[in-house]
Amino acid sequence: MTNWDRFLETFFNAKMMARYLPDILQGALVTIQIAGLVIVCGLLLGLALALLRSIGLRPLNLLIVFVVDLFRALPPLVIIVFIYFGLPASGVKNWGFIATWLSLTFVLMAFSEEIFWAGITSIPKGQWEAARSTGLSFGQTLINVVLPQALRLTIPPLTNRTIAITKGTALASVVAVGEILGMASSAVSNSYNPSPLTMAAIGYLILFLPLVVFGRWLETRMAWKR
Amino acid sequence: MAARPVVEARGIHKHFGAHHVLKGVDLVLAERELAFVIGPSGSGKSTLLRCLNRLEEPSSGSVMVDGVDMLDARTDLNHARQRVGMVFQSFNLYPHMTALGNVTLALRKVAGKSSAEADALGQSALARVGLADRAGHTPGQLSGGQQQRVAIARAIALEPRVMLFDEPTSALDPELVGSVLAVMRDLRQSGMAMVVVSHEMGFARNAADRVLFMDQGLIVEEGTPAQIFESPAQERTRAFIGQIQKH
Repeated sequence: MTNWDRFLETFFNAKMMARYLPDILQGALVTIQIAGLVIVCGLLLGLALALLRSIGLRPLNLLIVFVVDLFRALPPLVIIVFIYFGLPASGVKNWGFIATWLSLTFVLMAFSEEIFWAGITSIPKGQWEAARSTGLSFGQTLINVVLPQALRLTIPPLTNRTIAITKGTALASVVAVGEILGMASSAVSNSYNPSPLTMAAIGYLILFLPLVVFGRWLETRMAWKR
Repeated sequence: MAARPVVEARGIHKHFGAHHVLKGVDLVLAERELAFVIGPSGSGKSTLLRCLNRLEEPSSGSVMVDGVDMLDARTDLNHARQRVGMVFQSFNLYPHMTALGNVTLALRKVAGKSSAEADALGQSALARVGLADRAGHTPGQLSGGQQQRVAIARAIALEPRVMLFDEPTSALDPELVGSVLAVMRDLRQSGMAMVVVSHEMGFARNAADRVLFMDQGLIVEEGTPAQIFESPAQERTRAFIGQIQKH
């Protein structure tokens, strides 16, 4: 047996792959569910916080900054473990799934709030003044003039962050969630062969590469001539 | 009884922290009048203009526009601002909208016009500034002079009682200044009351009813263009006019 054969036998073992493919697919479904929930909830919450912050109430802003900095500073895994083991609801069904969803949502909320906020503050003051001088209210100016421009600016950093945090779904394997990595790990333990991990890696590529490409497409589509 | 002035600002003070920018300025503008404000940079010209529509909050004083107290907490400021059109040095067009979109936004959102009504009014405002054929262009596709004319259309579409111009041609290449001044002259001829902060002395000479010279937060001197430019009474005015005319 050559080294090459041994390599293939270890990482691309067709028999093992066939046996564990259904598990990995099932795991992929869970990953998609968590990722989808995290992206939608995290971005919406982040945008909501950034909008609240733009109102400019000092105590509220201090609170927002505190929460955002907290979730930006803590490693996502620490938050997941903390919620999973620390909160009194830990008997609830699918608690690992919920803990991961909440944790990553808070992390994405925190990072996206900062990005949305940076986008909002980067819009020149003259845009606000022009709109307000024609009688538009604060809210109308924010929604019709500032936000559309800010969102375009935020798309590249937002896409990067979203992908980076969404990949953290793999952390759910630590709290016994049967997503891709969790399924692959138990398959490796049962079969003594790492081929399921190869499948997991390929699975992640299939899931996240389109997200990267989608981000790129959004970026070009949203650009306008200055 | 004399007609009510369009703008009546009295005793305007403005502090920015320890900096006293306006030190008790009066500005009364009659119907169809064009007041032209000159003065060195930092004299408070722009701040005065911005106090009139409350983009800046005056520290004290009173501002009445068309009989509406702009500083009264009970005044619906967003509604009142429709009566005061403003044009900025840097145009401040919305880059993500077409020229027509720029002009119709406030018509739809503030004046409550339907899209069709707003589009018709927007088109006629663009026609007034000579840009009917550029309605579908975004600001990035327009020259500076065209952008500023769209900004003027955006303001006049709301049928304001007075137009404020804050150095409208200062950011323009020299060859584009004329088209903007021509639009302002048209507006003037249609009877629009205007307050213009600018360095376009030629325009002041043949379009202004009154020239106000500001320095260090005060109106030092005011009079007809001939008085101010040919025989200013104050030493500071004379020095400023002399400096400008050297160029």
